[in-house]
Amino acid sequence: MQNSPTRNDADTPTAESAHLVKLLHRLATRLHPRHINVMEVCGTHTAAAQAAALPALLPENVRLISGPGCPVCVTPAAFIDQAAHLALQHHVHILTYGDMIRVPGQTTSLEEARRHGAQVSVVYSARQALQIAARKPDKNFVFLGIGFETTAPATAVALAAARQQHLTNFFVLSAHKRLMPAMQALCSDQALAIDAFIGPGHVSVIIGSHAYTDLVARYRRPCVIAGFTGQQMLLALVHILTQLLDNTPAVANVYGSRVSTEGNRRALDLIAQTFTPADTRWRGLGVIDQSGLALAAPWQTFDAAHAFQLPQPPDAEPPGCRCGDVIKGLIPPADCPLFARRCTPDHPIGACMVSREGACTAWYRYRRSENHHA
Amino acid sequence: MCLAVPGQVIETKDETAVVDIQGNHLDVLTTLVPDAQSGDYVLVHAGLAIALISPDDYHEHQRIMQEIQNYAQRALEQP
Repeated sequence: MQNSPTRNDADTPTAESAHLVKLLHRLATRLHPRHINVMEVCGTHTAAAQAAALPALLPENVRLISGPGCPVCVTPAAFIDQAAHLALQHHVHILTYGDMIRVPGQTTSLEEARRHGAQVSVVYSARQALQIAARKPDKNFVFLGIGFETTAPATAVALAAARQQHLTNFFVLSAHKRLMPAMQALCSDQALAIDAFIGPGHVSVIIGSHAYTDLVARYRRPCVIAGFTGQQMLLALVHILTQLLDNTPAVANVYGSRVSTEGNRRALDLIAQTFTPADTRWRGLGVIDQSGLALAAPWQTFDAAHAFQLPQPPDAEPPGCRCGDVIKGLIPPADCPLFARRCTPDHPIGACMVSREGACTAWYRYRRSENHHA
Repeated sequence: MCLAVPGQVIETKDETAVVDIQGNHLDVLTTLVPDAQSGDYVLVHAGLAIALISPDDYHEHQRIMQEIQNYAQRALEQP
């Protein structure tokens, strides 16, 4: 029996939302026959949009695309295999956020590794991971550092504490990523034709609204930072279409004062002190320059890749999997040949279906009843 | 993964605070918001408070919404 979540009351259209939808349609009519592609780059926006049935409310010439904003979805498959290898060959205890457990790697998942005897535990914070390691000094622990700039500071704080406590059994395997290089890469991709972005509210709390300035100045794309309700996203879309109509692309923020221009200085300093930008692979997108956060040289002793001399295996997508095209917004999930057939939330093949915030999971839960070939 | 949740600070300690999130009391790091006091509102992500938010946040949000609608209305009135 399908586990179909009911729509959150807060996401169902209210009188205010209905008014925004009308406004949106009027703006879209004025922009017609132009087709507008708006990309959101946050897994929570993906889920919020589907939960609020936004795609059904949009004008026919406005398309909302789910971009690579789900850090679980864009973690390279090979990273999972490295973590499993650490657990099975080096007898390391893996500590990870829960949404990584079922992500399919190239040959295995953490869940499967656990069935083969690997020690893998879910933690809700990097701090919890550190506390676990501190309590068991005779065992090596590796924390999987996943997430964008919202999450990287927590890993940095845990590393600082590990150093302070002189721990020698706590390591981080970092797959942390920077959002902006990916957004710039998407802008540069001619095939994608993205007209504007909805910026992720919480990453923006950290990086600040000024981080989007380059996208506007260089690529002339409106960037509107929004929170995580359908109404917030409608508001952002109204703002975007207005900017496009006026030809005044700009950075805007509808998420309120929690997002400042400069971001959270402490968090940015922590990131700069602990990590160094690195060319990194995004699952489905390939390598994006300077888009990863690798542990900086002073932290090398805590870097699991360094400490355990992990080989860098070549990366490859599972045959037939089109997560990359879904993440780029080139195809909707329903157009992937594996969608709802071999690839379902219960038996995911690609990361877009594993993560609760993946584009394919959201589509599967909220839109499968629509008339697609699935 | 992206989501941070708002909560209210109940008690502050050295590097952490007890934060009430929908009735649950969580131990949260305050490294990024060292000025947080009891009674303040914070956004919490993966065990870390990432921002202070004000009770006026809601009212500001309403104001922003109205502004944007006015802006859109004006753009539509242009020939």
